[in-house]
Amino acid sequence: MSLEHADVKRAAHLARIALGDDEAAHYAADLGRILEMADQLQAVDTEGVAPLAHPLDATQRLRADEVTEGNQRERFQRCAPAVENGLYLVPRVVE
Amino acid sequence: MHDKTLTELAAALDAGEFSSRELTQNLLERIGALDPEINSFISVTGEQALAAADAADAVRAKGNAGPLTGLPLALKDIFCTLGVKTSCGSRMLDSFVSPYDATVVEKLSEAGMVSLGKTNMDEFAMGSSNENSHYGPVKNPWDLNAVPGGSSGGSAAAVAAGLVPAALGTDTGGSIRQPASFCGITGLKPTYGRVSRYGIIAYASSLDQAGPMARSAEDCALLLGAIAGHDLRDSTSVARGVPDYREALGESLSGLKIGLPKEYFGDGLDPQVEAAVRDAVKVYESLGATVREVSLPHTHHAIRAYYVIAPAEASSNLSRYDGVRFGHRCENPTDLIDLYKRSRAEGFGEEVKRRILMGTHTLSEGFFDAYYKKAQQVRRLIRQDFLDAFEDVDVLMGPTSPTPAFDLGANKDPVSMYLQDIYTIAINLAGIPGISIPVGLAGSRPVGLQILAPHFAEPQLLNIAHQFQQATDWHRQQPAFGKENA
Repeated sequence: MSLEHADVKRAAHLARIALGDDEAAHYAADLGRILEMADQLQAVDTEGVAPLAHPLDATQRLRADEVTEGNQRERFQRCAPAVENGLYLVPRVVE
Repeated sequence: MHDKTLTELAAALDAGEFSSRELTQNLLERIGALDPEINSFISVTGEQALAAADAADAVRAKGNAGPLTGLPLALKDIFCTLGVKTSCGSRMLDSFVSPYDATVVEKLSEAGMVSLGKTNMDEFAMGSSNENSHYGPVKNPWDLNAVPGGSSGGSAAAVAAGLVPAALGTDTGGSIRQPASFCGITGLKPTYGRVSRYGIIAYASSLDQAGPMARSAEDCALLLGAIAGHDLRDSTSVARGVPDYREALGESLSGLKIGLPKEYFGDGLDPQVEAAVRDAVKVYESLGATVREVSLPHTHHAIRAYYVIAPAEASSNLSRYDGVRFGHRCENPTDLIDLYKRSRAEGFGEEVKRRILMGTHTLSEGFFDAYYKKAQQVRRLIRQDFLDAFEDVDVLMGPTSPTPAFDLGANKDPVSMYLQDIYTIAINLAGIPGISIPVGLAGSRPVGLQILAPHFAEPQLLNIAHQFQQATDWHRQQPAFGKENA
């Protein structure tokens, strides 16, 4: 199926990626052709076929709900772009 | 010492021909002299490497050396490495110094291996040519006008150029096997779940798998034994014992049943590649194998299903890069949404954004059933093709890639680039193991044979590759590049 400019802008908003109009037009053309390729899957008869999410059909293993990791706040915050007093800094959310 | 296999280097270290420090220094000098030409490393960690080499030499002096003690390797820059920049080939992670080790990194350093650095790659492992790296393209040591393949292009090029005897890569749709093929080395993608994914930066989690890239199947067996195994920190790793992969390496191939999927020898296959692959199959016949044609009828749907499933998983995995806790952050954000949107727009490259947009679109309301669910159903049919084929034959063989390495800049269009992975991509969807071994040259550029086996049949797969390498010397061929540097 072809992809409208508005579809790309919508996806970009959902994915939280800033996208100019020129870029959106460029991606619309590319994504349209990739979707055209994907659309050929519709020709496959999948009646009664269960979706395969894990190649070994494994199910999620569970473990006891116990704390296994220590607190390493300082170490992890060293990777952050902006922190203060152990908190991550972001623009003001609530006025 | 730069042209030896890991196995040979281990013997030389044991015999005292040189120390791990001397070996490490020699290779660091080669990297310094040659890598500016091919750009296969993003970070070279010389100091840490020499310290690890000294520690390994001390262990050896006490008589406690294991099979990997003091042996050098490189890590694709997708493996989180404590205290070392781990960029995943992206501007997004250009400033990211990992606070922890991936499980495989931990295992290799416990085994005494010496990492020389982190290799170049397509950004977030998305690409087939290594041209999508924030750190620039890698050149193929066999022909500097050619790509090394991708996404583990830096790992493959570094091994081919004799900068390291081995490297780790990851493979989501062919990213170990295709660059191994393009660079004339041996590369194994293990069964899904065989190797822990903990600490490996995620692209498509139901497809990603790490594996060894080296000069021989024997070396791949050695490395796989060190990295495989169950890990409580990766719930998709399989709780299953790890066999001694080198033990099976002596077995005869008499009576081996090889299937050639007819879909892997169709339109678009380069005649020189086909000729080299068919010659390799004849070698197997001379070793006692029988050959028959088989069919994998859903082959042509694999790329279509992959480019729904992988971008969908990527769009979810890459949502973690928000400019808040780690990674790139834009200047002067006006509000939180602006912070997210501009940080991600600036941090990600074009192909990564294309796949995130694709995945976000197909997972969005109204499209999910038509794309994602349909692709997962087709995925089951693709896997069934392989299970059916393995009822009749032991392994499958065919070309790893339809062409030898292509020229830098030759595939500008995303769809034509995606089609490069036609023979490798179904293997990830099915979760089976596959190996690429060098079997010839097309002009100056190597050709790879891909061998595929049932889930967890790595011992047989490695032995089959090893037997070819006992009978031929394609895996010992080296490019002219770097030969004059001893």
